[in-house]
Amino acid sequence: MTEAFIYDAIRTPRGKGRTDGALHEITPVQLATQVLATIRDRNNIDGKEIEDVAFGCVSPVGEQGAVITRTAVVNADYPDTTAGIQVNRFCGSGLEASNIAAAKIMSGEADLVIGGGVESMSRVPMGSDGGAWPTDPETAFKSYFVPQGISADLIATKYGFSRDDVDAYAVESQKRAKTAWDEGRFKKSIIPVRDVIGEVVLDHDELMRPQTDMQSLGALSPAFQGMGEMMPGFDSLALQRYPELEKINHVHHAGNSSGIVDGAAAVLIGNTEAGKRIDMKPRARFRSMASIGSEPTIMLTGPEFAAEKALKRAGMTKSDIDIWELNEAFAAVVLRFMQALDIDHGDINVNGGAIAMGHPLGATGAMILGTVLDEMERADKETALITLCIGAGMGTATIIERV
Amino acid sequence: MTYKTFTVDVDNDGIALVTIDLPGKSMNVWNGDLIAEFETFVDDFTSNDEMKGAVITSGKDSGFLAGADLTMLGSGSAGGGEGSAFDQAFTLNRVLRKMETGGYTAKQIAKEGKAAKPVACALGGLALGGGLELALACHYRVCADNPKIQLGLPEVQVGLLPGAGGTQRLPRLIGLQNAAMIAMMGKPVNPATALAQGFVHDVVPADDVVTKAKDWVKANKTATAPWDKPGFKFPGGGGAMDPRAAQFFVGANAMAQKQTYHNYNAVQAIMSCLYEGSIVPFDTAIRIETKYFMKLMADPQSKNMIRTLFINKQAAEKGAARPEGVPKLEIKTVGVLGAGLMGSGITHVTAKGGMNVIVLDRSEEEAAKAVAYSQKIVDKGVQRGKMSQEKADAFMARITPTTDYNDLKDVDLIIEAVFENPDVKKDVIQKTEAVISKDVIFASNTSTLPISGLAKNSERPDQFIGLHFFSPVEKMPLIEIIPGEKTGDRALAAAFDYNAKIRKTPIVVKDVRGFFTNRVFPPYMNEAMLMVTEGVKPALIENAAKDLGMPIGPLALLDETTLKLGYDVLQSTKQELGDAYVDNGTEDFMDLMVNKLGRSGRRFGKGFYDYDDKGERQLLWKGMADHYPLSNDQPSVEEVKERLLYIQLIATAQCYDEQVVSDPQSADLGAIFGWGFAPYTGGPMSYIDTIGMDNFVRNTDSLAQRYGKRFTPPGSFRKMADNGETLYKAA
Repeated sequence: MTEAFIYDAIRTPRGKGRTDGALHEITPVQLATQVLATIRDRNNIDGKEIEDVAFGCVSPVGEQGAVITRTAVVNADYPDTTAGIQVNRFCGSGLEASNIAAAKIMSGEADLVIGGGVESMSRVPMGSDGGAWPTDPETAFKSYFVPQGISADLIATKYGFSRDDVDAYAVESQKRAKTAWDEGRFKKSIIPVRDVIGEVVLDHDELMRPQTDMQSLGALSPAFQGMGEMMPGFDSLALQRYPELEKINHVHHAGNSSGIVDGAAAVLIGNTEAGKRIDMKPRARFRSMASIGSEPTIMLTGPEFAAEKALKRAGMTKSDIDIWELNEAFAAVVLRFMQALDIDHGDINVNGGAIAMGHPLGATGAMILGTVLDEMERADKETALITLCIGAGMGTATIIERV
Repeated sequence: MTYKTFTVDVDNDGIALVTIDLPGKSMNVWNGDLIAEFETFVDDFTSNDEMKGAVITSGKDSGFLAGADLTMLGSGSAGGGEGSAFDQAFTLNRVLRKMETGGYTAKQIAKEGKAAKPVACALGGLALGGGLELALACHYRVCADNPKIQLGLPEVQVGLLPGAGGTQRLPRLIGLQNAAMIAMMGKPVNPATALAQGFVHDVVPADDVVTKAKDWVKANKTATAPWDKPGFKFPGGGGAMDPRAAQFFVGANAMAQKQTYHNYNAVQAIMSCLYEGSIVPFDTAIRIETKYFMKLMADPQSKNMIRTLFINKQAAEKGAARPEGVPKLEIKTVGVLGAGLMGSGITHVTAKGGMNVIVLDRSEEEAAKAVAYSQKIVDKGVQRGKMSQEKADAFMARITPTTDYNDLKDVDLIIEAVFENPDVKKDVIQKTEAVISKDVIFASNTSTLPISGLAKNSERPDQFIGLHFFSPVEKMPLIEIIPGEKTGDRALAAAFDYNAKIRKTPIVVKDVRGFFTNRVFPPYMNEAMLMVTEGVKPALIENAAKDLGMPIGPLALLDETTLKLGYDVLQSTKQELGDAYVDNGTEDFMDLMVNKLGRSGRRFGKGFYDYDDKGERQLLWKGMADHYPLSNDQPSVEEVKERLLYIQLIATAQCYDEQVVSDPQSADLGAIFGWGFAPYTGGPMSYIDTIGMDNFVRNTDSLAQRYGKRFTPPGSFRKMADNGETLYKAA
């Protein structure tokens, strides 16, 4: 089978996903356009070499609808011949889009493809696309639907993570993100976002709160206790699925969960021949990819199983992985993953994650793929496994290896 | 044209007054005759130019129309039309829709300006289920201003859904949320609320409802339902794309699951009707509603619920088991002996039933407790606006405390509720019989002492009977009637005549230790305790019971009834049976909890759970694991559910086998209303019939092998399985 290589990976900084966020005035198609234009121009590629673009986007309605990827491809002045597809695997979309791009290379469908993702959460709020899952009684009943925050608290309860455990994890994420920024570890891949008159509106991750400590987090009330215990009472559904538990311990809040942000990312993926044609050196190869489904009520335990599957398909064991990257959707998700696979905290999310910098749903998977690649090069590591927990009980994982 | 189920009077203005009045029935219901005739009327009405409009009302004082005839539904002969099963089930929807549209299609109404003749509904009394659905299909509704009138869709309570447009018209009139409260919870509203919500147009004095309805018809040449008008929008949002509706569904789906534990199929079906129906045009929506209705009708759940919770419950309450030919006992005054918790409760329900009560106890102070008990409840009613001060005063005036047996000389019935001690009982029986008339029936409220034994203290054992109330008396719906060996028909009839006034669900049970409900309840509690001693996680036991449909976990229930009570009963049983006593496996556990740890229940501040200063239940006591370590190999929730369910099924089966209850109807009613057995099953006997007797025997044999011979089914059940018999023979 043809091998797929990563030639480049870039991302926008993440702006606060609110009306006063720095990227709120930038349209999502413009975020996508800027990463597409930059990854082409900074590598001096002729656009016609790029055959297809796969972007994740989780709320593909309104200005993110109508296959935003193709819209952005045209807007970025790619040649008419470059196709575009929008991918939705909830929080795993950005990684899944990159995996699809890689798969197109491996299968021989294409030579050079861009993966990535975009999400302007300030402009197209989470859940804007509705969906049968929680609203249609048939599917809500069948899946014992609960919101992700309840699932995260369920994980904390079932696997024994206290409020202190999850808060301590969050403090460390902030600390690591600050160190990474201070030392310029993201420099190579961050592309500032510009407005219509060409001025830079954001050049750093806007959400970070490096001053966060246990005391400041301790002051926050659990975010999901009300909907869990009172109206409408989601905890009961979690307990119906996990009847061995007596009560859900609500530990998550805004400070130890991923932040709502705007952003976009792109990853240039191709085979050896394409690399020669565009005169670029491959930075890493795709060793394996995997997506799995898992129990939908606890919802966020998928990464463990996706990682195991990816390792198996790569013929590797977990000791073969140098760095681990798991999207920090909620602190307990990462703590459970570390517990399940016995991973040292020092080897995972080494430059912080979504708790500190935010989680632009459709883009995050591609962002952390790039972040890990930079870190492998900086720290001279050979292998990495990137994974995300995903809504409705799924997980996607990718193992890459430096060339 | 003339009809049997209603009259049609056309006035000079051409307005047809349709007065529904089912012959020989105390209440109007949709039965086959009414549906067929109403269809004929609608066909005539829409095509006959002499009728310009119509007003529909009822000829019954009891109300407008109380829904479908559930016995008809039970027999599967719903609907009158020919054609496919769907066409038949769709009959009433089709007829009402024709009345509403005048027979025009939605397109003709919207594009060609066609419109129906106006139809108004004059509601002088309650409109429930299909009755309200008929009203909703009219273009205008006037209701009498009596706050006691109930307007609602209670079908969910018997496992069905409103299948004549109710799940579609109501949300289109008052929004999804209000409609869900009425249809999903089965809770009726009064006319004022209906007016405020917007599904009644006018509320007027009862005498004016027909006039006002006619006035409206006269003022309107044609009428069109709101949803047939262009630009119709759901009040408060509807459909899958409206964020307000989406938010409603996410919340309502969760609440429904929280409350039903996925056990009540009708609740989900109603939610689906609201959801799917709000996305599509009205004519498609009512077709969807009929399909969900058919799905529920084909489900044994609705059949079981209708049979037990409606038909058999009503029959029992009407006195189906009352001996025939005994003249009805007129009860004006009841003498209640003992003003303790039970005596006070009995005093209260008796006064509530309109009877006078003379409540006797040893001291004035003790007797006054019964007065205070009722006063507290009555005051709360006044405070909440549910009772006028006048009525409250009249209520309390019916209760007379006394310490003097002579005050009992004119009572019509005695109910004894003194301390459960044979000597005390003997004393009051003799003192009372010395003063009351020779023909007065003496009822004894006991939960542990055999009636035949107590009757030995009576000079008139044929007039002596057991009446087992449950605590708290004013809340618990069941009453066990226990004839002793010598109890005569007159005493049995009197028990029913008394019950007809206090309106509980009565079952007749045999005079054995524990009667019926207290024969089944202890094994169920024991099974939960045994699991604790086996190291099953207490939370798993509690959640499994709730999953099964029990209202509360068995360990929480044990805390409520107190382990101390269970322990005391155990001791007295031991003492009584002597060498014949067989260990049930909980003896050491009870001894530990009650004697060594003092965790005797909520009243004692601790039990299986911890309690705060106010007695509010906190979490399960973690220390249990120190005495009974949690097993590393926890059973699945299905296994725990199976044990908790089958121990109740077996104990009920044994009672039936021993004729403690003589028919499956009584067993099912006693189980659901006595100790809260999962109502959606229709009761343990219905459950066994539903899974099949051979499956029941096979499952119990397997359980007996795994957990012990307490799960062995009675021989008569094995025989029934061999013979392919069912408990409800004609079922």
